[in-house]
Amino acid sequence: MSGDPTLERIAQGEGLALCAAGNWTARFAPALERIVSDAEKLRGSRPHILIDVSQVASLDTFGAWLIERLRRSLSDASAEAEIAGLSANYSSLVDEVRRVGPAPKAASEPLLISVMLEQIGRTVAGISGTIIGLVDMLGAVLAAAAKVLIHPRSFRFTSTVHHLEQVCLRAVPIVVLITFLIGCIISQQGIFHFRRFGADIFVVDMLGVLVLREIGVLLVAIMVAGRSGSAYTAELGSMKMREEIDALRTMGFDPIEVLILPRMLALVLALPILAFLGAMAALYGGGLVAWLYGGVDPEAFLLRLRDAISIDHFIVGMVKAPVMAAVIGIVACVEGLAVQGSAESLGQHTTASVVKGIFFVIVMDGVFAIFFASIGM
Amino acid sequence: MAEQDIDAIIRVRDVTVQFGTTRVLDGLDLDVKRGEILGFVGPSGAGKSVLTRTIIGLVPKVSGRIEVFGVDLDAASSSQRRAVERRWGILFQQGALFSSLTVRQNIQFPAREYLRVSQRLLDEIMVAKLVMVGLKPEVADRYPSELSGGMIKRVALARALALDPELVFLDEPTSGLDPIGAGDFDELVRTLQRTLGLTVFMVTHDLDSLYTACDRIAVLGNGKIIAAGSIADMKASQHPWLQQYFNGKRARAVVA
Repeated sequence: MSGDPTLERIAQGEGLALCAAGNWTARFAPALERIVSDAEKLRGSRPHILIDVSQVASLDTFGAWLIERLRRSLSDASAEAEIAGLSANYSSLVDEVRRVGPAPKAASEPLLISVMLEQIGRTVAGISGTIIGLVDMLGAVLAAAAKVLIHPRSFRFTSTVHHLEQVCLRAVPIVVLITFLIGCIISQQGIFHFRRFGADIFVVDMLGVLVLREIGVLLVAIMVAGRSGSAYTAELGSMKMREEIDALRTMGFDPIEVLILPRMLALVLALPILAFLGAMAALYGGGLVAWLYGGVDPEAFLLRLRDAISIDHFIVGMVKAPVMAAVIGIVACVEGLAVQGSAESLGQHTTASVVKGIFFVIVMDGVFAIFFASIGM
Repeated sequence: MAEQDIDAIIRVRDVTVQFGTTRVLDGLDLDVKRGEILGFVGPSGAGKSVLTRTIIGLVPKVSGRIEVFGVDLDAASSSQRRAVERRWGILFQQGALFSSLTVRQNIQFPAREYLRVSQRLLDEIMVAKLVMVGLKPEVADRYPSELSGGMIKRVALARALALDPELVFLDEPTSGLDPIGAGDFDELVRTLQRTLGLTVFMVTHDLDSLYTACDRIAVLGNGKIIAAGSIADMKASQHPWLQQYFNGKRARAVVA
């Protein structure tokens, strides 16, 4: 291609002239770098070296810097390399790059094994911080709730209704659909395996107990953690990034009261409703499959269901729902407020919100199981 | 402004941009000449940023024709378009630095993607750009969230200049800077324009910038260019908005 940069070496008595020509611009940077690296090896070979740039067609920061770098590396204590033939409009550019010092070293990468060990250590040490953060948020939310109870007029009714619509009403279709399908699957699997013992009808017992006590609420809580917990974290996190939360605080509003309490309340109200709808959808799905696939007609199904389950099973399931909602909400809000300035941080905290939310929901479920077993429910 | 100007680096002809039923730009014509600093002014909400974003291709236009470096951007193939994009640099109003990359990575990003050069050269050029925009090399490993507003603008300018573009778009470069910082920035744009031979398209509200940095001024109003010319032309204009803008209280303070 025409205009390719060149650097010709011409001997001049004792000294050497390096004649640069062509385009010394960013477009040709890879070629330029090669030329200059080659020429830098001439260091100390001649007492006097002149870099002639009068033939250079165009010059930009890349070219100017490489010429300056060549000049520096060819200069030593005994001899100073010179730049000659610089046109007036380029001299200011070369002056500019002459002020450039050495690049600061990027922090060197430590050993992989030590990075891994450090990560493990930090994570373990961070667990206590996480728990303190959650308890702190729980306390702050309860304090805000108490304040609202004393001054009911400061309660954000509109905001709560708005969030209730987002996390409850709009979640109904997906929650009902998924729990319905899970109910169908449990029923089909139960019938398939129980049939061998001629115990088809016991599928109703299994479905009733499983759905009302465990699957209904657990499944819905996991879905809500993924759907609404992540949304809370992302909303609060981006508000934090744009200093909106600081702005609220400076106006004399408590972000916990304005932003977090309505969200928490909406979630605590929404999860029992969704868990109830989910349980009903799962029972319906299970009953449908039992009828169509297992030949258990609806009348027999309902009769058996009435015998198999008591109100206790239903209460056990429903009592867990608001507690799980509170856990999901608190985790989501803590993570949201922990977001730092970067987009990457927002992503990390949203992931952490969902992962921790689901983890705590399952831990809570285990704790409840032990509790209900010991009180005989 | 209808005459064909061979030296026009940006040529905007009869461009109309509409959002819903609001017509923001209405048959607008504008030329930006090679090597000049064009100051682009107009009331808030008149569509200055919209025009900038339309030229860059971020906002779709209803009709009209935009040529940059003589290339019609609507007719250009994707490789032609990329070639044009390599020749311009853009400073967004909020800086638009990549928040998860350090200053060093932000500035090196375009060069790393487009040029196959060593890390050493990338680092050296990064330092050169930082020095040019008046920052210390020590900021290289900070993240954008750890920079002040003025520093963000400077780093964003360094990134806009990363590939040594011929054309730079500056969207309100001095907004949010203190008067001294803004003055320095104007000086910087002037110096860079001289040393690198840049063409600068600058959207601004800053009268000082118009006086000290700009060669020519274009004024946007009612979706059209209502005036274009030197600062003296602006002051002599009879248009009421221009009268108020250039001869108002704040303007007198600048001149005095």
